[in-house]
Amino acid sequence: MTDGYDAIVVGAGHNGLVCSALLAKAGKKVLVLEANERVGGAAITREFADGYAVSACAHLLYQLQPKVRKELGLSLRLAGGAMQTVALSPDRQHVRYAGDAVSGVANADVRSYRQFHGQMARFANLLNTHLNSAPPRLGTRHYSDLAKLARLGFDLRRLGRDEMRTFLRLIGINIHDEVTERFENPLLRGALSLDAVLGTHLGPRSPNTIMTYLYRLAAGHGRLSAPQGGMGSLAEELAQAARGAGVTIRTGMPVKRIIVENGRVAGVETNSGERFESMTVVSNADPKRTIMELVGTRHVETGFTRRINNIRMRGNAAKLHLALERLPAFAGLAKAEYGDRLVVAPDEHYVERAFNPAKYGESSPQPVMEITFPSVRDPALAPGGKHVMSCIVQYAPYALAGGWTDAAREAFTRACIETMGRYAPDLESCVTATELLTPVDIEREFHITGGHWHHGELALDQFMFVRPVCGAAQYRMPLDGLYLCGAGAHPGGGISGAAGRNAAMFILKEQSA
Amino acid sequence: MSAREVPQGRLHTPFYPRMVALDRLNAWHTWKGYTVPDALYCADTEYFAIRNSTGVFDLTPMTKYRIAGPDALVYIDRLVTRDMTKIRPGRVAYAVWCNDAGQVIDDGTIFHLQDGEYRLCSQERHCAWLMDAALGLDVTITDETADVAALAVQGPTSFAILKRMGIEGLGELKPFGLMHVEFEGCALMISRTGFTGDLGYELWMDPESAGQIWDRLFAAGEISGIRAIGTDALELARIEAGYIMAYIDFLPAHATVRTGRTRSPLELGLDWLVDFKKPNFNGRRALAEENRSGSSWRLVKLDIEGNKPANHAYIFADAKGRRNIGFVTSAAWSPVCKQNIALGTVRMPHGAPGSQLWVEIFYQREMHWSRVMARAEVVDKPFWFPTRRGLTPPELV
Amino acid sequence: MKTYDAIVVGAGHNGLTTAAFLAKAGLDVVCVEKNDYIGGAAVSRNLHEDWIYSNCSYVCSLLRPEIFRALELHRHDLQVTPFGGSLTFMQNGDYYGSYHDPDVAYRERARFSRRDADAYERYRSDTMRQCRIIRDFLLSTPPDPTSFRPKDLLGLMQVGRKFLEVGEDRIYESIRFWTMSVAEYLDEYFETDVIKAAMSGSGIIGTALGIHSPGTAYVLLHHYMGDVDGNVGSWGFARGGMGAVSNAIAGAFRSYGGELRTEAGVDKIIVRNGRAQGVGLENGDELAADIIVSAMDVKRTFLNCMDSSDLDEKFRTRIENFKIRGSSGKLNIALDGLPTFPALPAGNSLMISDMHFIDSMERMERAYDDWKAGTWSRDPYIDMVMPTTVDPTMAPPGKHFMSCFIQYCPHKLEGRDWTDPEREAFAQTVIDQIANYSPDFKDLIVHYEVRTPADIEAEIGITEGNIFHGELTMDQLLFNRPVPGYAQYRAPVAGLYLCGSSTHPGGGVMAAPGANAAREILADLKRPNTVPENFGDD
Repeated sequence: MTDGYDAIVVGAGHNGLVCSALLAKAGKKVLVLEANERVGGAAITREFADGYAVSACAHLLYQLQPKVRKELGLSLRLAGGAMQTVALSPDRQHVRYAGDAVSGVANADVRSYRQFHGQMARFANLLNTHLNSAPPRLGTRHYSDLAKLARLGFDLRRLGRDEMRTFLRLIGINIHDEVTERFENPLLRGALSLDAVLGTHLGPRSPNTIMTYLYRLAAGHGRLSAPQGGMGSLAEELAQAARGAGVTIRTGMPVKRIIVENGRVAGVETNSGERFESMTVVSNADPKRTIMELVGTRHVETGFTRRINNIRMRGNAAKLHLALERLPAFAGLAKAEYGDRLVVAPDEHYVERAFNPAKYGESSPQPVMEITFPSVRDPALAPGGKHVMSCIVQYAPYALAGGWTDAAREAFTRACIETMGRYAPDLESCVTATELLTPVDIEREFHITGGHWHHGELALDQFMFVRPVCGAAQYRMPLDGLYLCGAGAHPGGGISGAAGRNAAMFILKEQSA
Repeated sequence: MSAREVPQGRLHTPFYPRMVALDRLNAWHTWKGYTVPDALYCADTEYFAIRNSTGVFDLTPMTKYRIAGPDALVYIDRLVTRDMTKIRPGRVAYAVWCNDAGQVIDDGTIFHLQDGEYRLCSQERHCAWLMDAALGLDVTITDETADVAALAVQGPTSFAILKRMGIEGLGELKPFGLMHVEFEGCALMISRTGFTGDLGYELWMDPESAGQIWDRLFAAGEISGIRAIGTDALELARIEAGYIMAYIDFLPAHATVRTGRTRSPLELGLDWLVDFKKPNFNGRRALAEENRSGSSWRLVKLDIEGNKPANHAYIFADAKGRRNIGFVTSAAWSPVCKQNIALGTVRMPHGAPGSQLWVEIFYQREMHWSRVMARAEVVDKPFWFPTRRGLTPPELV
Repeated sequence: MKTYDAIVVGAGHNGLTTAAFLAKAGLDVVCVEKNDYIGGAAVSRNLHEDWIYSNCSYVCSLLRPEIFRALELHRHDLQVTPFGGSLTFMQNGDYYGSYHDPDVAYRERARFSRRDADAYERYRSDTMRQCRIIRDFLLSTPPDPTSFRPKDLLGLMQVGRKFLEVGEDRIYESIRFWTMSVAEYLDEYFETDVIKAAMSGSGIIGTALGIHSPGTAYVLLHHYMGDVDGNVGSWGFARGGMGAVSNAIAGAFRSYGGELRTEAGVDKIIVRNGRAQGVGLENGDELAADIIVSAMDVKRTFLNCMDSSDLDEKFRTRIENFKIRGSSGKLNIALDGLPTFPALPAGNSLMISDMHFIDSMERMERAYDDWKAGTWSRDPYIDMVMPTTVDPTMAPPGKHFMSCFIQYCPHKLEGRDWTDPEREAFAQTVIDQIANYSPDFKDLIVHYEVRTPADIEAEIGITEGNIFHGELTMDQLLFNRPVPGYAQYRAPVAGLYLCGSSTHPGGGVMAAPGANAAREILADLKRPNTVPENFGDD
């Protein structure tokens, strides 16, 4: 055994880094162990073809919590300025939106959208307050829980009577009904539907998709940006901040198990057999992996095990990376707009139809897509004059019937390229290399069970008070010394840092008590 | 798969034809889908067979699971509250298992058949819970309820009868011990266990050999007063022994709807079965917390004045009946102890051993109902605990 | 023009219930009905020779026993007889039966999976726990969480206290239950596809949602919370068809001196000086009263029967956005004899059960995909019963009446009206599915009636023919039903009340909305309450 640490963080994903840095800043001696050779987890930039690099998993930044940025003093060099969303139209009538402004739609829709965005932003603000701390426990008589609940009640009432009623009505419903009631333009309806379902196992008609939409808006009202150098540079900066605070980060050290002695956590053991002692282990891995594999069910109780085992984490989002000889010609797209976020979701029904097969273990024949050309804003990502394309494509279910064979990958890649080909007919001729990361690949590369980007479906029955599971929503697992700090814990996934920060706050508060 | 119709009526155990041949009362009821007798000749006679000679009870409907695999010990030790590492092969343990909230799911006996292999025997069915408990462990769970026929052979002459029947080596078998024998070509497992609080054994066998073993047992027992018995006699014996019953003295946690109606082992007087030295078992965290902060309920054994059985009675802390603190769950007039006995559940801190409580008893005589407030003393020990139960070798009577 | 104390618009079971409780309190009440028969969607219609059709609702379990008793419905010939079990035919020639006898039911589940057979115990008690939460609220008015009035705050505190009592773990379980899909809820207990498929139907009947849609686990309760003589979740047939329920309530209403007028469709609710003053009938007559109670769904009430100028615009928008979607159809069939089902062994008790023909979760969900695409399900979920196997009064001896409830069936086909050939094709889809399991079925059909949501709308008047008068999703339940701020049976116009299934606690032949509305009206009039409280602790 080596020297002991105050805390060991398993996994140097962005949440693990945030958590470790904040623990270290409070004076804790912290070790971070990362399985991969580089830090960042799913926030990483890497080459996928000779000279072509992309943010291999998450590729846009819109959820980073301002508090994380401030407390860690991140400088965040961004590639280019504000980014808008372009909802691609097959007949060049693209719709563009950013903030509360939308163009390419009728005036009524412009007004409706401003109203919609304003309302959603207010609700998102409310939600965000409660994403930035551990949720209260319910049904207890502890002062801190009651105070937090009272705060939630107060925040709700502060919305005003009408808005509160609307909020209580909206929180459980679907994006489909909202967009069809509010907007005429199908592209706008489709794109907003896509915003709500990205990264989930839901279609626009699924109740719960207003909540996922609000979640997307929570930290920054949906403002989009991309870090200079890809998402990996954000991870590097977080690692730097952590190291600066005194954290020891060791990469290429996959943790084999979390050591449990006398009914409590005692440290971790790596694949190489090295053991590190600590009475506090904080796992940035997803809850299933943490409990079922790293801890082992024998050290926790059966009801808890069952709940963990029941967490739904069926990844549907795949990443498609294309190396391009030149920029393809998207009809009706201005040169400057190649640096924006392009979406393929011509209407809400299209998104729903794309989702249907996912329920039966089939991939979408006509996928929905979020497309970026990172090299437009950040030329260093591709050889001179050439470009990379980074797309999130849905739905590519983790449990594909028959498995993700080469043929299945080939077919899905084709479906994606053909779908985009309707907007950029010359796309295929530009492609020199492709990489498809299905949820199965994401699981393998980033060690996320099910390849699910939230480390567990973001649904009301797995949210707030009951995330990751009933009775363990406060980062503390029912095994003394074990905590979660990843997306599987409250509030959920996305490059936000909230889970890592909240976990650190919780641990510090608990250990000082 | 072709359509198959499951049996629509009541099932029969392999001993059913033998019991029918002895039956004079035609009083039957259903137990886990099987037809079993309330009594066959006369419940009183059958009860006295348990206490005076030997009663034979058909245990086949008891739920039985085989738990086997490299992680079997880890599995079973995490499942139940007591320390199973101390239960060697060839031993049987009475145990209780809880959910994460420390509430009792059921109690039962666990037979350590051999290294890495156990049989868990309980009144209720638990396949779903047992399989959930196996998540992440290398162990298989098999329901063998219908594959094993079982008889309880209970009473002071049971040892003599089994010996006369030709079972060898039984004399050395201690309470909660088990042995495997071959009897006339049939594999037979015998455990020194039972639900009567008396000297007694349980016989576990292949359903194919059930008839043969019954016949040999009854032939050997004829001169020692052997009798087949029904549930009524057993029920009285188990109350005297102070044993608790699911759905009577506690509710299985999984099948209970209302909050506060389930019980922890600490509340059922089974604290001796809870080993906090074990680092992990189902319910440990909740029970440790309960141990610190105190339980809500306590199971009490009551010795009640008079002779009116206290079934369904309220329990009070005072003679005037102002402070209702609980209720009786099982009650009987004990013919061997000549005591009016009961099991009940009372709110803490009431019911400490030696304390005095009051029981409100309603009884009927010739249509008219009367009510008495009877004094009741909380007793610590089982009402019936004969020396013969623990003797090894048992007396040959 | 005659002036009444109260006018109830619509003689469905809820309208009649409100009318009866008001009349019982001594009010002079008239109940007006557009059709020439009463009952709304709880009717017995003689549509072919001597056959009686329960042609809308077809089974009775949710009817609150408190109301049954308070209105003494047994004196008005209502008799509900339980029937047992349900049956799902499988494509491989097997079947899965949910038997009435618990031991046999256990064996049948164990035939597929012992684990599932045992898991059922925990499933039952967990679900019952949720049922008990909602059942306590059935005969009460939901508090408004946005209000500061003492009554609402007290109501909210009571809810809070109830949650404290059930304990932390169970609060979390409730949050999950109320938000998850029926498929995911069942996945947490069961592994066998057909068992899950058989149970999931209760999560989607009458809703425009699929088994995978979050929120559908709750809909299970709308089918589990009923009771026939304390046997929770069991179903029964009203002797003589569902019309017996309406007729009995109408009988009670009349016995309290109430007046019923049929063929008296309301054209307009008259509002003067911000108060409801009466109704204008389609025949031009006017009736006056200080209390107008609408048993119609909210869209019909506010959008069809009122001037838009009488309503606040925001409220009107909320009503316009109220979700009331046609998602179910019916096929009512007169049979010359009892059809045989070769998969089922002769004499099996499930012959008088609720029958289904979908054996997998995937088929259940695909049925919904068709609806989303704007058409009826090509492989629909059918809930089929033959009341005449239990009730001798509905068909000539030896003949049978079959009721098929079909999920999913849209109100419009890809946005346009149904044509007769399409209605016929829809009926054939249903007949073919049943005939797959019953070779003599087609030959026994002597008459049938097709009911698409459009037909139900045209005849009964329910918008889009939605059986629950509005989706049972979280945004339209409890204090959100029908719309936030108006969940206490009062419309935003003084003197106007709602008592139909668009209000809490929603649809089903439960009569609770009608009773709750009556209680609120009597409170406003400072009259003694005639509406019973729930029995409690069931």
